[in-house]
Amino acid sequence: MNTFNDEKPRVIMTEHKIVNNNPTAPTVLDDQFDVKKFKKIFRIVIVRYENNEMEFDMIGIHPFLANTFRRLIISDVPSMAIEKVHILNNTSIIQDEVLAHRLGLIPLRADPRLFEYKADWSTPPNEKDTLEFELKIKCSNNKDSSKKESSRAEDIYKNPNVYSKHIKWVPIGNQKKKFKDVEVGPIHPDILISKMRPGHELDLKLFAVKSNGKDHAKFSPVATAFYRLLPEIKIVKPVEGEAAYRLQQCFSPGVIGVRSEGDKKLAVVKDARYDTSSRNIFRYDDLKDAVVMSKIQDHFIFTIESVGAMQPDVIFKEAITLLKEKCLSLLNELNS
Amino acid sequence: MDNINKELFGDPKLYRKPVKEIEEKWKLVPAFLKIKGLVRQHIDSFNYFINVEIKKIVEANNKVTCDADPLFYIKYTNVHVGTPDVDEGFNISKPTTPHECRLRDMTYSAPISVDIEYTRGGQRVARTGLLIGRMPIMLKSSNCVLSNKSEYELAKMNECPLDPGGYFVVKGQEKVILIQEQLSKNRMLVEEGKWGVQCQVTSLTHDKKSRTVVFIKGNKYYMGHNTFTDPIPVSIVFKAMDVLSDKEICELIGIPDIHKLTPTLEECHKLKIYTQEAALKHLGSKIVAKRYVTSASKIKTPTDEARDLLATTVLAHVPVEEYDFRLKAVYLGLMVKRVIQGQIDKKFLDDRDYYGNKRMELAGSLISLMFEDAFKRFNFDLKSIAEKTIPKIRATQFDVVKYMRSELITNCLVFAISTGNWTIKRFRMERLGVTQVLSRLSYISALGMMTRVNSQFESTRKVSGPRSLQPSQWGMLCPSDTPEGESCGLVKNLALMTHVTTDIDEYPLIRLAKNCGVEDIGMVASIAIHSPAAFIVCLNGNILGVTTNYKKLINVFRLMRRKGKISNYVSIYPSFLHKCVYISSDGGRLCRPYIIVENGQPLVTQQHIVDLENGIRSFEDFLHDGLIEFLDVNEENDSYIACYEKDITQQTTHLEIATFTLLGVCAGLVPYPHHNQSPRNTYQCAMGKQAMGTIGYNQRNRMDTLLYNLVYPQIPMCKSKSIELTNFDKLPAGQNATIAVMSYSGYDIEDALILNKASIDRGFGRCLVYRNSKCIMKRYPNQTFDRIQGPMMDTQTNQAMWKHSCLDNDGIASPGEQVQNRQVLVNKSVPTVSAVPGTPSSTTVEYKETPLGYRNIEPSYIEKVLISTNEEDTTLIKILLRQTRRPEIGDKFSSRHGQKGVIGLIVEQEDMPFNEYGICPDIIMNPHGYPSRMTVGKLLELLSGKAGTVEGKFHYGTAFGGSKVEDVGNELIKHGYNYQGKDFFYSGITGEPLEAYIYSGPVYYQKLKHMVQDKIHARARGPRAVLTRQPTEGRSRDGGLRLGEMERDCLIGYGASMMLVERLMVSSDQCEVDVCNQCGRLGYCGWCNSCKSSGQVSTVTMPYACKLLLTELQAMNITARLSLSNYCK
Repeated sequence: MNTFNDEKPRVIMTEHKIVNNNPTAPTVLDDQFDVKKFKKIFRIVIVRYENNEMEFDMIGIHPFLANTFRRLIISDVPSMAIEKVHILNNTSIIQDEVLAHRLGLIPLRADPRLFEYKADWSTPPNEKDTLEFELKIKCSNNKDSSKKESSRAEDIYKNPNVYSKHIKWVPIGNQKKKFKDVEVGPIHPDILISKMRPGHELDLKLFAVKSNGKDHAKFSPVATAFYRLLPEIKIVKPVEGEAAYRLQQCFSPGVIGVRSEGDKKLAVVKDARYDTSSRNIFRYDDLKDAVVMSKIQDHFIFTIESVGAMQPDVIFKEAITLLKEKCLSLLNELNS
Repeated sequence: MDNINKELFGDPKLYRKPVKEIEEKWKLVPAFLKIKGLVRQHIDSFNYFINVEIKKIVEANNKVTCDADPLFYIKYTNVHVGTPDVDEGFNISKPTTPHECRLRDMTYSAPISVDIEYTRGGQRVARTGLLIGRMPIMLKSSNCVLSNKSEYELAKMNECPLDPGGYFVVKGQEKVILIQEQLSKNRMLVEEGKWGVQCQVTSLTHDKKSRTVVFIKGNKYYMGHNTFTDPIPVSIVFKAMDVLSDKEICELIGIPDIHKLTPTLEECHKLKIYTQEAALKHLGSKIVAKRYVTSASKIKTPTDEARDLLATTVLAHVPVEEYDFRLKAVYLGLMVKRVIQGQIDKKFLDDRDYYGNKRMELAGSLISLMFEDAFKRFNFDLKSIAEKTIPKIRATQFDVVKYMRSELITNCLVFAISTGNWTIKRFRMERLGVTQVLSRLSYISALGMMTRVNSQFESTRKVSGPRSLQPSQWGMLCPSDTPEGESCGLVKNLALMTHVTTDIDEYPLIRLAKNCGVEDIGMVASIAIHSPAAFIVCLNGNILGVTTNYKKLINVFRLMRRKGKISNYVSIYPSFLHKCVYISSDGGRLCRPYIIVENGQPLVTQQHIVDLENGIRSFEDFLHDGLIEFLDVNEENDSYIACYEKDITQQTTHLEIATFTLLGVCAGLVPYPHHNQSPRNTYQCAMGKQAMGTIGYNQRNRMDTLLYNLVYPQIPMCKSKSIELTNFDKLPAGQNATIAVMSYSGYDIEDALILNKASIDRGFGRCLVYRNSKCIMKRYPNQTFDRIQGPMMDTQTNQAMWKHSCLDNDGIASPGEQVQNRQVLVNKSVPTVSAVPGTPSSTTVEYKETPLGYRNIEPSYIEKVLISTNEEDTTLIKILLRQTRRPEIGDKFSSRHGQKGVIGLIVEQEDMPFNEYGICPDIIMNPHGYPSRMTVGKLLELLSGKAGTVEGKFHYGTAFGGSKVEDVGNELIKHGYNYQGKDFFYSGITGEPLEAYIYSGPVYYQKLKHMVQDKIHARARGPRAVLTRQPTEGRSRDGGLRLGEMERDCLIGYGASMMLVERLMVSSDQCEVDVCNQCGRLGYCGWCNSCKSSGQVSTVTMPYACKLLLTELQAMNITARLSLSNYCK
């Protein structure tokens, strides 16, 4: 087995399994957690931050901590979603329960930090814990004669499709002062809720509350949050000529480069970061032993894709706060 | 040099250019299905019946006479089946649609009207359009309102355009007449019998069904028939058929070794039978005595009767005109010959299970049997009415039309179809379960039912022959689709391109055969019939004649068929063994289309396919141009068929259109079935029918008793051509779940699945269950009727009481409302007195409450309410209830490879493993499911499904084809995935990488109808049976859980006697009984009635069942006396 002789903790991807490689020096992984030491090594590097997606590196952290953040983001960081639907009228084809389910999954723009958890469903909704919306729409024949020739549903009928943009916010109490109109409502205006035909009508009252992903996936503030370990690729035997290009093909674009050295073409590792661990070199017997692929165990490439209500960095910070609270409450429990 | 070349490469004259593969030739399959449809066989057969055969039946029974008046007669001149309508009362009828009938619990039927000519008094009267009954109409048949309608028109009629039709709507229920498989009639079948080799023929004509057997017993040949008490030596039968010379008998039998016949011929001489008269007299003495002799039947002499029997009943299908037995004698001779041949050589024995010897009985022929029986009864009734009424002196003239009641035929047909009991008196036929309710679990289950073939064979007998896969089943019946267990191999399904023939007129065929040099059998000398050069020509089991040039005959017939001069479905093939040419034009033969190959080149070319794609050609054009023809099983065996173009040689006669058509509708759903172990495909065929999904485009308009729908059905990522052809992609039943093949927790053993909770939250496996509740508002003879009242109000709150809280003001539950267990759906009440006819005694009628309640622990929502009237004009209220269910632990799921499993655990998303892309699986499946099941197809489905998702297209897993693993792997590489489909995963719990690479990707999963919610059951205390006072049985009655015999044995074995007492008595039917110590009988309230004292009575605890036994015995005059002794002495 190929072994790396370095101080970084890493796993080696062999053909059929993943093998642990024992580092020469003690690392974060086998040390007892020590805040001082942790402070010294731990680094966060933000690599990419666009719209609702953020990619950042967490270096020098134990997997359990990295995983804790991931788990907290998915299931504990709260967000707002439609939980109760009062159906005053629904003559559309879609069933009441299914309609309510679909509405629940629509991401809402509302900062959950400004709300409280709804403690008791028997109490009427109030400004602190509930956002109220309204969806009132009716489909009818389009009287506009200019589009009579058309056979598209959009032209023949009025409101043939119900989109999330049709959901209207109804402020309760001082909510109108507290939030501006742009701050509350569905994030995406074009989520199809239902299709309708003349005579169909929806008249709904929607109530959004604050909760977390443990309760229902719709409350999860992220589309997904995950991490991967930093890949590292080492070419241990020189790969030349045609084989070099073949090697390049085995990895994601940009991972392997081909350098000309005289008239020889030599494969070199350009940037291993974006390798997708596809391990396709194992298809070729001659390349199998030329490359050692490994992953560094304390270097996490963390990706947070926010649904849109909160920015990814805010979500991450929320997760940290939550962790802190949890630890404190545990300590309290232990001390008492 | 030339010689060497010839030796090495063969004769250059035989060289031919390589056959190019005809690309996309499978497109002929959709073209075929477009004109034929998947259930064409049913519709064709029914069309043939209502358009052709019903006329023949009426013509065959067209005259009713009566013995009372020789001048009286009724003559049917014409019969006509109309279009479906419904009686709206007051003699007004309006056209109806099948959907209306389904909703209103009516029968979708059309009037059968006849034109008659009859005598009234002395006059001859003609009447037209008289109703004699109503015929249930098959959907999409020629008389159905749905035939030849566009999608838009079908939608207007609330009908799904993809619905195949081919079933009936009887009393609101959809009924299918299953295809019945049976041995072909009117054909000789040589097999090993009781005494040795025998040759049997089951003759079937319009009015007779009989079985004739020729067999060998000892060294003599006998003919057996159930009208004769004993077997009769064939020589006597020949003599009775006016073949008097022994020489001619030998010639008719036509075997070289005449000595074999000597003992049989001797029999004649022993009995001194030399003339036809003597032979008939002998036969007359053997006739089975008739059970009843009608007064009307003329007294015939035994000789005459024997002659009649011989002419009409023995070998009834062989025509005898004017008592000319020539043809029948030749036929009998051939039968004897077959027996002798079978004796000499086993290869002459026929195979019962061979599909060439089988016929499919379809809806049309079954209904025609039923109709003819009913029609005969109808005529008989008319006749007996005429006989009873005519002699009476009456004021008005006897008009028979008044006595023509349409109920007889209507009820007979409706009863037969709705119960499935096919009782035909004249054939003494009694069959059960001919029809079944069309299963509407999913679209595929309905479709699968339409192609089902039921074997007449008893399912209890343990014989492997009829159950095993017959080689002749190839391409006709699906090799995978059969149930497991009891009826395994007896219930089959048609393959995709199978067609079942209907009867074809014989007359043109006879003429054509005669023109091709077939000598009429009447013209041929007996000695010539079996001469070595001659081939006997048989048409539908009857001997037509003899030919010396059979090749020409066959070639001409095939040419004429390809040219369209005779029907496409006529089959002709030689049997060199029998030295016969068989021509078949009868109904019920299985056949399928093939591309014709001539001189090593298929006639269908690439250009033809291009034309087909461009819509210039249709399948019919291929038939017309003689590029494609239908072969039945027998002719198939006379052909040399290549599966692929590369297999074509000089001798090849036909080419397969597409290999995947070998499978049926259900097996067509399986991707890569050719990579699976065969039982797995069979399991999937059974499970595909239980999958929930879409029923049809009209599913929201239906009000079935039970209907399952998936909330978000999906098209499988890995499709197959059959899926597209059967429209499964338009009405799917399942979802593409991302699965990871790995073990997780311990809740995945024994095929249990781990589900991702977030996936369920987002709608995975969510289903809708619709159920209906029905009630009828009756009217009673005493002018009273059922009534519905509004909800009962609580006087204090002025709100409806809880039980009535979902009722509307009209007393019927209102749509959208939630109903809980024991709430009322319809607040109906019934008058207490209803039996006494006449006007109600007082103005006030007393009512008893009989509400229609909702009984289910889980609440439902009311989807809609239908108020209508049914056929009897009583008000019908149907309430459709809806439940939405999300998957829970214990719900059953299955992939398309016979891999079923229940949910073992539902896991939070954060605990699920995730890969480098952040994808976490919807389902985790244990890898132990693979090695023993060997479902490689599932592995391939996953791989091509995954490649399809990253590439953005559907991959194909068509049988014997489909996307290749190599291509699929390359596609994965292109998108940066591992070529083997194995990804790098991280544990969601520890956060560390998993040691193994995980095989993961999308697999199509079906949710099966077995859900925990419908099965969950527990009881502590509850209802008891009235008679025994023991807990009731079964979930529906909230029954107890039985401690059975075996469990009891365990307790006995363990010695837990108090536990036994507790389980079997205390917790069941414990009861205190007073027993008199003096007389040992049971007392009551501390008093012994027989001793008239209370002195010796003591109270004993015993099971109520025991007390019941004692009392019941006493009631039968048996006294069981109990003697009591002290328990602890």
